[in-house]
This record gives sequence, C-alpha cells and structure tokens, in this order.
Amino acid sequence: MTIQFNKETFRDDYSFRNSDWAIKRFPFPFHEDSYMYSVNMEQHRGGPPGSVYEKRFDVDEHYLAEMEDRAIVLAEDPLRCQSLPHMTLAGWDTLELIMTCKSEDYPDLFELHRDGKRWRWVNKPMGIDHSFTFLDETTLPCGPLEYITRQTQGDFAVLDQRDEMLWMDAGTVTTQADWSLDFDIGMNFFEWHAPVPMAHELGIFKRALKFLLNVQQGAPARRLNWTMTVNPLLDTSPENYHKWGIQKTTLTPENIGAKQHLRVELQTFFRLPRSNALLFPIRCYLIAFQDIVSVPKWGRRLHRVVRDLPDELATYKGFIANRPMMLDYLGQYDDGRPTSPGIWPDLETEPPLDMGR
Amino acid sequence: MSKFQFPESIASRPTYGSLKSRPGKAHLMIADAEGAEAILDLAAQDAGLMAKSHVIYIPSGSGAGLSERLRGLKPAQYYEGPSYAAAVPRIRRVLSDAHMGLQVYLCGTEGLMGQAMNEATAAGIPHSAIQTEHRGSIARRMQCVHCKGITENVTTDPFVCAHCGLNLFVRDHYSRRLAAFQGVCIDAEDPGNVPNPVELYK
Ligand code: HEM
Repeated sequence: MTIQFNKETFRDDYSFRNSDWAIKRFPFPFHEDSYMYSVNMEQHRGGPPGSVYEKRFDVDEHYLAEMEDRAIVLAEDPLRCQSLPHMTLAGWDTLELIMTCKSEDYPDLFELHRDGKRWRWVNKPMGIDHSFTFLDETTLPCGPLEYITRQTQGDFAVLDQRDEMLWMDAGTVTTQADWSLDFDIGMNFFEWHAPVPMAHELGIFKRALKFLLNVQQGAPARRLNWTMTVNPLLDTSPENYHKWGIQKTTLTPENIGAKQHLRVELQTFFRLPRSNALLFPIRCYLIAFQDIVSVPKWGRRLHRVVRDLPDELATYKGFIANRPMMLDYLGQYDDGRPTSPGIWPDLETEPPLDMGR
Repeated sequence: MSKFQFPESIASRPTYGSLKSRPGKAHLMIADAEGAEAILDLAAQDAGLMAKSHVIYIPSGSGAGLSERLRGLKPAQYYEGPSYAAAVPRIRRVLSDAHMGLQVYLCGTEGLMGQAMNEATAAGIPHSAIQTEHRGSIARRMQCVHCKGITENVTTDPFVCAHCGLNLFVRDHYSRRLAAFQGVCIDAEDPGNVPNPVELYK
C-alpha cells in the first residue's frame, strides 16, 4: 500500500494521531494479562503482512513528522547525536544497512544506486537525491550515522563489542524513554542498565548480554519494551525533564483517554559487517488510551497489566502517581472476560465489551 | 582516620578498595585531602616504596599537618597543588612519560579519583595497574543533566546547580567518562516544592 504521511506534531499542540490502520497494527506489548521483565527476545525475521514486524525498518504514516521532530531536537541540542572517534566505521555500516534494507523493502519510496564507491541515495518522501562516496565523510553533510538517522524513524544506539562486552559508543537519541545518551555514552551493558529495578537480580541482563554478543550478521533479533507518556511527546529526555515533567500532572478523568499514551519500543539488534558493532534501533510507537480500548482485547488486558504491575516498575516507568486515575479509566473497559493468548488484536474472534454482564 | 563504607548500590556506581604496595620501579600517587592518610598507610606497608614514588597532593584545605607528614615520607618527587585543575597539566606530563609497569595509586575524594582515573586510562595505563581508595569527604562531583554544568563538592541532596540554578536530586547513576554522578530536577512535577537538603548518607 502507499502510505499517506500525516502532517502532525509531537510537541506544543500535539496534533499527532493514529489512523485506524496504525491502531490495528500497533505493537501491543502484552501477550498475556500480566507483565514482568524477561529475556523476551526472538529472531527479527519478518511478520504478518502489514504488521510493524514485516520490514526490517518499519516506515509508517508518522515518518515525515518524526523526522521533523528529530531535526528540531538536534538543532536545540547537538549532543543528542554523538559518536566516539573509533565508531565512524560503524556509522558507515549503519548507513549501508539502512539504505540497503529500505530500498529493498520500500522500492517505491527509497532507491540506492551503487557504482563501486559512488552511491546515489534517493529518499522520495523527504525529497532527497544525493550522490556521495561511500566511506568518504567529506562527501556527506554530516557524519554517516547522523546522516542516515535523520532519515530513519527511531533512536539508534551503536554498540562496540570488545572484551566480551557491549559499549554504548555512538548513537542518535531524540525519542527516548527518559535516558541520556550524553551521560551514558562510553558505558558498558551493565552500567547503562544500572538504574533498572529488579532485572539485575533476576539475572536478566546477564542472559540478555550473552544472547546479544552472539547475534550474527544477517540474523537480527528483536524485543518489545514499553512505558507510559502523557501527551504524544517523543522527546521525553532527561535533558528536558524540567520542562515536560509538569505535563504528567495535567491528566484529568475527562482528558485521560486522549492524553495518556502507551509508549512501545520495538527494539531490534543487527550485527554490522565491517566494524562488528551491534546496531540497536529503538523504534517508538505511541497510542492514546482511547485508541487502545477500541480493541476490546487490548482494553481488558491493559487494565489488568497496569493494575497488577509491581510498584517498583510503575515507579521506574514514572506513572505510579497517575496509576489510580488510569485504573479508573481502564476499568470501564474490562468486563472480566478471558482474553486470547498473544499480542494480536483478534478483532474477529474476541467478544465485544459487555459491561452489563 | 576516616574511611566511609558506601552502602551497596547500582552497577554504574564505582567501588573503591584499599591501596596495596605493588612491585615496580615507578609509582605515581595522586591524592587530595584525607587521601594523604591512605598514602601514609601505604608507605607503612613497604619501607622501600616512597623512594620510587612521585606524590601529587592537593590538600583542599585539610589542615592537620598532612602535607608535612607526606613530605616526611621523603618521596622521590613531591608536588603540592592548590586545586585538582591546577595539577592536571603536571599529571598529564607525568603520565605521558610513564613506562610499562608504572603503578598508579589514587586516593581521597570520588571526584579526584574519577578524574585522575580518566587521565591515567587516557594515557594508556591498564586498569590492572590502577588502585583506588576512598578517604575523607563523601562529597560528589555532579553533572546537571539539564544544562550539563558540573557542580563540585556536593554534600547534600537536593542541591542547587552552580550553573543553571535548578534544584537537583542526587542520583547514584555515574558516568566514568564525565567522572560525575547525575543530577536531575527535583521539582519538575511540582514546581517550587523542594525538600530541605539533607547530608548525603545521613
Ligand atoms: C544492546 C542494546 C541495548 C541498549 C543500548 C539498551 C539501553 C537501555 C537503556 C538506555 C535503558 C534505560 C536505563 C535507564 O533507566 O537509564 C534500558 C532499559 C531497559 N533495558 Fe535495555 N538496552 C539494550 C538491550 C536490552 C536487552 C537485550 C534487554 C533484554 C531483556 C534489555 C532490557 C531492558 C529493560 C527491562 C529496561 C527497563 C525498561 C523499562 O522498564 O521501561 N535491554 N535499556
């Protein structure tokens, strides 16, 4: 299908909206009625047609608006894109991977023409037609990582692999769930995960690292993570927390359905060929509560997950103060019926809401 | 004698040991304030050590005759600086000369150890040749995540950023690259509601 790109904002007037198409393909992160951290990783080998898992780098109706938002953030704070000196080759690897995947997966939107080292990149939605020399930085307007991530939805961390460890040595981070690339750059896997509650004790990070160290070229992996955001604000950065934190206090029983968003990250892991670095795209999808509950199964389940989530996790994710109001709202969409296993909406097979039961 | 036991914390927060004399032809000791006591203890372990040692000491206003006692150890080279920043060019110069096998000893406040650690590793000294021991103040070097300014010697939580003036709470999340802990606005969700500062670890 051809994608109609939305004209919308993720700040100020927050005109961001999901179409019916985007709602039905939303990556709902709960495969059962409860949630706890786990080593939830699987191969990233496509998915049902139209789903966000189908392509290696999903492009959706928010593409252009998200790229505009990234440009605003980078103009205000260039430290959101950084690369330690030894990471330039990994930046080129990233550029090649994304250009190759996008031109193969979306030939009507992106083209890559290669003649030896002379490359021509055409990004039709963004109106870019650019010839450059691969591995020659002087032929790009900025570094290779910044160049390609200004044209690709989602944040990107690039991990150097040495001494059986991953090091966060480069990245572009403007749609993060409240962590700072500038602070975390140079840290190892255990250090940057240090603030996460419970998961260290459960041994999750040890096992996850082992898995990641063995991700092979051509065999990417993926997982989902989630949190909550008031207003469809992509840039929930610690840098700007003193500006956006106050928005968490603006929820009311009347506006919560439109204002409160579930924020889901589709995280993927790609081994890069020349640098042997690991590319970690973190793609953020937002959905308003009122759109989630339009899918009966998701409304029932989200209520149960939020209700039963351990306090440590609700605190870490920053919504413990708003949880009671969320439960009042979501409770209206939970009739107590059982839910089908798995993340899919199952609109044809799941019963409609029946609160009079 | 002041040796503080830091409670168990998160994985990014550094931990410190106790200095042990190691064999080697050359030894570099960098200390501030009560860190001098750790060098005095170290010298007591090994009578031959100080004659092979270069001591760089920043008293930071700690009296108690620590400088004299350090000098009295008769190190091969002794330098006393008015501040860590003033000592940095000398530290770099000394590290640039370092031969294989140089042993580095860092002691005193976390801010001094963290920054000197970066100098040593940048100069190519392997981690296995660097030891640390915390002594004296539990003051922290804090980075404001909002304006990026560093506030030195933070002893209370919350504290006021010396650069942008925001009231920040003190996190245990630590960046070795910055040699600093992270400070985050404490009243973002309730402007003006800033709790009274309390001493760290009290
Ligand atoms: C190598 C790629 C990865 C990077 C760069 C990365 C980065 C991060 C960062 C920066 C945070 C925020 C920490 C903070 O509070 O400051 C985080 C949170 C977290 N990460 Fe990772 N991560 C990676 C892989 C993984 C994997 C494979 C797992 C598998 C279990 C995982 C599990 C988690 C969990 C459970 C959280 C807490 C999230 C929440 O509750 O919202 N991460 N990660």
